[in-house]
Amino acid sequence: MRQMSYSEALNEALREEMQRDENVYLLGEDLGDYGGLFRVTKDLQKEFGKMRVVDTPISESGIIGFGVGSAITGLRPVAEILYIDFITLAMDQVVNQAAKYRYMTGNQVHVPLVIRTQGGTGRRNAAQHSQSLESWFVHVPGLKVVMPSNPEDAKGLLKTAIRDDDPVLFIEHKNLYFKRGPVPEGEYMIPIGKATVFKEGKDVTIIATSWMMEKTIQAADQLEKEGISVEIIDPRTLQPLDIETIDSSVDKTGCVVIVHEACTTGGFGAEVASRIMETHFASLKAPIERVGGAFVPIPYSAPLENASIPQIENIMSAVKRVFSYHTSK
Amino acid sequence: MLPAEKLIGMYEKMLTIRFFEEKAVFLFRSGVIGGAVHPSIGQEAVAVGTCENLSNDDFITSTHRGHGHCIAKGADINRMMAEIIGKSDGYCRGKGGSMHIADRSIGILGSNGIVGAGIPIAVGAAFRNKYKKENDRVVVCFFGDGGANQGTFHESLNMAAIWKLSVIFLCENNVWAISTRSDYASSGKSIGGRACAYGIPGAVVDGNDVLGVYSAVKKAVDRCRSGEGPTLLECKTYRIEGHFVGDPRVYCKKEEVDVWKKRCPILAFEDYLFKNDVLTEEASKSIRGRVKKKVEDAVQFAENSPFPSIDTLEKDVYGSTADNA
Repeated sequence: MRQMSYSEALNEALREEMQRDENVYLLGEDLGDYGGLFRVTKDLQKEFGKMRVVDTPISESGIIGFGVGSAITGLRPVAEILYIDFITLAMDQVVNQAAKYRYMTGNQVHVPLVIRTQGGTGRRNAAQHSQSLESWFVHVPGLKVVMPSNPEDAKGLLKTAIRDDDPVLFIEHKNLYFKRGPVPEGEYMIPIGKATVFKEGKDVTIIATSWMMEKTIQAADQLEKEGISVEIIDPRTLQPLDIETIDSSVDKTGCVVIVHEACTTGGFGAEVASRIMETHFASLKAPIERVGGAFVPIPYSAPLENASIPQIENIMSAVKRVFSYHTSK
Repeated sequence: MLPAEKLIGMYEKMLTIRFFEEKAVFLFRSGVIGGAVHPSIGQEAVAVGTCENLSNDDFITSTHRGHGHCIAKGADINRMMAEIIGKSDGYCRGKGGSMHIADRSIGILGSNGIVGAGIPIAVGAAFRNKYKKENDRVVVCFFGDGGANQGTFHESLNMAAIWKLSVIFLCENNVWAISTRSDYASSGKSIGGRACAYGIPGAVVDGNDVLGVYSAVKKAVDRCRSGEGPTLLECKTYRIEGHFVGDPRVYCKKEEVDVWKKRCPILAFEDYLFKNDVLTEEASKSIRGRVKKKVEDAVQFAENSPFPSIDTLEKDVYGSTADNA
């Protein structure tokens, strides 16, 4: 299969959707000549013109409000917020407007708006450019939340998000843009709300999101060598969550570790752990473990930044703890 | 002078707003309406003078004090009253209430409970019209003197100006943002004067003069339709009632309210119609009687409508509607 970067795969998804549907347009900061900070919109303004790739002023609330207004009147905007940290400036438009418009107006309109943004650490961007804020949005009825971890999923999920009739927060990762991976030729879509079993295993289930998938895969390789067979699930979509795929893995392994970069407190892992417990408590052989970020603003200095997020050894230790909890009994 | 038929139509709409609001105040006090009602009594000239320039193809965005804008744009008062009382035949099937009335079919994109939130939404709708090359369609964005101090005001006026979008920013300055006076909270001589910062036309209009509002908005609409871009209009009026029904209004002098009551936009317009032989005392009585009856009928319609079924609670959080375009 051909290899592409995550950034190239996203670019191809945008180009294909813009060619397919003339109502799809892009808006955000530095999309045109610059081609996006991470090259996702490279050359699209040249191809589609300035009405379909709209360079905006630095006005995050304005960008999302503008997207909502054009979405409820028939267009399909893909709005970009450069860093998820900046979405705080547009919270009213995301949470009070986009998410609620359909319900609040008795289903008179829908809001086919995609908000592309990126989060996470790994580039020493410090406290205001490195956060993982996905769980805030999972908590808001009316939004869908997608977090692709590789180029193939990024392309297939972005195409689906653009055709979705509800607002989708599409969270990319700054550390993944230039990572390459296989991407199928031709048109394909990946459904929103469908997890993938990245690797099958029998002893412990690891559920990991976004960049943490990379660290989890490396941890699993090591663990296999040490005799622990790991099953890896990437939910890909956080809202709606494909709990069925997770539950069937729990039935098989009985041991669960959840890994995400966001701080553990109030994080998405808590939601997944609760949902497993509520219906599959009898399948569990050990308490569920969460491996997440420290409860600190993301620090700048490299050793501090590394210490603030899950590392391979943290994932391995958690897996060993849940595995030995029942095998040592 | 505008044709008599149009003038009488405007008079009737102003009365519809007044009587509808008075009824909503009464129903709130009787406990029939929950949440909050923000009456626009005294501000009828702004809504009617503006919307008389618009057709169903034009869009408006409105505010928490939006009943008047919706009625002026042509909303069905039966469905409005049903919504405000929380019934299933309401515009939003009882899910929105007073602050979220919308009628997509006639271009009412929605009232809004968040001050200033409708402003960028209006600009996005105007972009849609430009994108679709439907250059005759304009958007009117209603907001108050309070909304003019939100960040969205600046972001939106700037964006509309740089892209020359067909949107009219209509600031309804009713003096009070809850208990905060606009002349205290807003720097500069006027809100309309802020237009110069964006290089667009701005004007301050007597918001209690329905014909003055009409002609100022007409000029702005004509400007939009000729592709010249946005206008900012500040209509100076007054909130005769409290912020919401039940507001103790400790902040506001009765003498000030009395002065503005004497400047009632409906009485002023009525006087104009009498003087110009467009309306007689008798015709006025008959119109008032008819409008009162329509409002009573709306209450009856709302009372007859069932409350929404609990089955609808989780419906329409996600999904698709028939057509956004």
